[in-house]
Amino acid sequence: MKVALAGNPNCGKTTLFNALTGSTAHVGNWPGVTVDKREGQYRKKGARIDIVDLPGIYSLSPYTPEEVVSRNFIIDDKPDVIVNVVDSTNLERNLYLTTQILELDRPVVIALNMTDVLQKRGQKADAGKLSEVFGVPVVEISALQGKGLDEMMRAAAKAADSPRKGASVVDKVPAIAAICESAREKYQSAGISDIAFRSVKAIENDSLEKAKHPRIVEAVRRECNDEVDYEAIVADARYKFIADRCKDVVSGKKEGVKLSKSDKIDRVLTHRIWGIPLFLLIMFAVFHLTFSEDFLYLGAMGAIPEVAEPTLVNDIFGNGAINAPGTILFNLMDIATSKLGEVIAGAMPEGVWYSSLVNDGIVGGVFSVLSFIPQILVLFLFLSILEDSGYMARVAFIMDRAFRKFGLSGKSFLPLLMCFGCAVPGIMATKTLEDDKERRMTILLAPFFSCGAKLPIWAAFGAILFRGEHSDLIVYSMYILGIAVAIVSAIILKKLVFKGEASPFIMELPEYHRPQFRNTMVHLWQKLKHYLFRAATIIAGATVVIWFLTNISFTFKFVEDQGDSILGQIAQVFSWLFVPLGFGMGEDGWKYVVAAFSGLIAKEMVVSTLGSFAGMQDDALEVDTDQLLSTALGAMVSGMAGGAPAAFAFMAFNLLSVPCMAAVGAAYGELRSGKRIWGAVGYWMLVAYVVSALVYWIGTYWWISLILVAIVAAAIGIKIYVDKTKQKRLAGGSERGK
Amino acid sequence: MERRLDSFSPGQKGVVKSIDGDCKIKRRLFDMGLTPGAEVVLRKVAPLGDPVEVTLRGYELSLRKAEAHAVLTEV
Repeated sequence: MKVALAGNPNCGKTTLFNALTGSTAHVGNWPGVTVDKREGQYRKKGARIDIVDLPGIYSLSPYTPEEVVSRNFIIDDKPDVIVNVVDSTNLERNLYLTTQILELDRPVVIALNMTDVLQKRGQKADAGKLSEVFGVPVVEISALQGKGLDEMMRAAAKAADSPRKGASVVDKVPAIAAICESAREKYQSAGISDIAFRSVKAIENDSLEKAKHPRIVEAVRRECNDEVDYEAIVADARYKFIADRCKDVVSGKKEGVKLSKSDKIDRVLTHRIWGIPLFLLIMFAVFHLTFSEDFLYLGAMGAIPEVAEPTLVNDIFGNGAINAPGTILFNLMDIATSKLGEVIAGAMPEGVWYSSLVNDGIVGGVFSVLSFIPQILVLFLFLSILEDSGYMARVAFIMDRAFRKFGLSGKSFLPLLMCFGCAVPGIMATKTLEDDKERRMTILLAPFFSCGAKLPIWAAFGAILFRGEHSDLIVYSMYILGIAVAIVSAIILKKLVFKGEASPFIMELPEYHRPQFRNTMVHLWQKLKHYLFRAATIIAGATVVIWFLTNISFTFKFVEDQGDSILGQIAQVFSWLFVPLGFGMGEDGWKYVVAAFSGLIAKEMVVSTLGSFAGMQDDALEVDTDQLLSTALGAMVSGMAGGAPAAFAFMAFNLLSVPCMAAVGAAYGELRSGKRIWGAVGYWMLVAYVVSALVYWIGTYWWISLILVAIVAAAIGIKIYVDKTKQKRLAGGSERGK
Repeated sequence: MERRLDSFSPGQKGVVKSIDGDCKIKRRLFDMGLTPGAEVVLRKVAPLGDPVEVTLRGYELSLRKAEAHAVLTEV
């Protein structure tokens, strides 16, 4: 037997689903759209019932992917029974969907949820009365407390046994009764099911129904008056019916003279003046707890003494400061994997090629997958709390105006902010964005925010280029360059790729809830599974492939010098491609190209690759940054053929290009399309190439910036001129029209 | 007196008369309960001046001023 859960967003459907299915739940994808499909099983006393959680929807209109998916599932996949979850504290709007679901030829059970909240308010719901109005079983439940669930499932199983014909609450409305009757006859004589549903849709001129039964819909529409807004009549009739017939279902006066708790919280969090500072503070706190190496700035305040010889405890919890929880977990995982790595390396014979494959390729690949887990978990813990509590909806509310210009909403702020720490959890956090365009755009912008792994590159180059005197300026310049590129890129993407109006912002602001521990844990577990299944294969696979490219020559021999490897050979042939970027010039040019490309796997590899070209072992690179200049690496970088501008261009390329294979894996997990992920990779490489070239040329010949300014000014001028003439022509046209 | 929802000040009440605008947005507003006869109260305006939050049919709805402009009310 298959049960479909349907209901509004925020009606407690997810809690109900989790309570029913427990550990059997798994998240998939509805075909063709990036909407989660959650399925699981309800197991009780030998019974096994499949449960499908339909996306939260307000209506069965054809306008959002969630609604289309739900509609098609109910009509085409024919679940044995639909459980319509209804929030009894918000009955009027919730029943609007109910009136539509009841039009379908499927058995329906109404689950009257949140009855516990209603009780606390001193109100009571009358299930019997509601059942009388709609003619289907109604069960009172509390998904949160697990009350009434077995009774609900029994009612569902019973309802599934007897077929049900759809019934409409709007077909007797005088304005459409006659057309409705004739539409019903047309469907009846054609032998089509779901007559009540389809005849109303035909009158509404519904695009999906029109595509399915064009002839009938056209015939029905011929009987309609084009002047009349039938969608308005139908929506109005549904709400009138509910207001009329269901007004007594919830009895007792809502104790609502004084402000509810939710209102009080909301007053602070969306305050005209404090709203935005509080938002920034909360976002910063999440970032700080996930990535900081100086928790609460205790170290900076001198509260924690620094130890001269750090022990294992210091490695994990910090030295001279206390690490944030996210960093502590990260360190634990890091130390565990490196110890394990040593054990595996010790067990392998020395000096044979496959030792390197196992140690650096396979083990390295698997461990790099594992290394992201701690921070993903910590970040999603907070994200899940913010989402469940209802605050994320307010974030969208208070920040909408600032982000709309870039085709984004306030909700994309948190994912992008996270990218300063690490792009992998940042990209995964785009899941919270409902709008597909916005989600894709946020993913495209993610790598431009300088992540933690890029910091050592800036530090090394800062030390070498400015003798360590102004290296902080170099670090800042990279962060600013990244933000600037992200802003310009957002504007260009909005104009060229993600064209069209920003999606409408008509959104419910749910009441604040205390996040449920169980839901949060289920969410974390699903996120982890999602990461391991979707991203991990790409990360681990790519690491092994890159190992081959950097360690094996064209003659399939294991090489000692990376310059002889396949990648090294290719780079030497194609380094001229990077001459316009400055760092590809000269005898050493190909070395920088190989380093930049090794950075596509992980940015941690850039400095060590350059170091190995300069003839330095990894240990030798672990010197204080102010001494780096006097090393072989320092000599190589300060001797770059393109000079300082080329070094800057090299940094810009590392900043903007593909951040790492893990980020590509995470992006694939969210975009779920081969075409889109290649598009994203291509976009990042293109932006990196163009901006690095600009950095190099402007750094070498400053007057080029004047030409650029002139071009931009000319482009803006032309745009203004074209707009004006267009306006004139339009104005002229409308005048002539009069 | 007729008035559009975007011109409300916080605390102001009105009854929806009609909704214009393109059919996708109009339908969405209907689905959310902004049908003729529904009572709306403007609760607050976001810190940056847009969007706005309204109470209707016992719940809170946020919408942009551009969308609120499509809602004609009687106050």
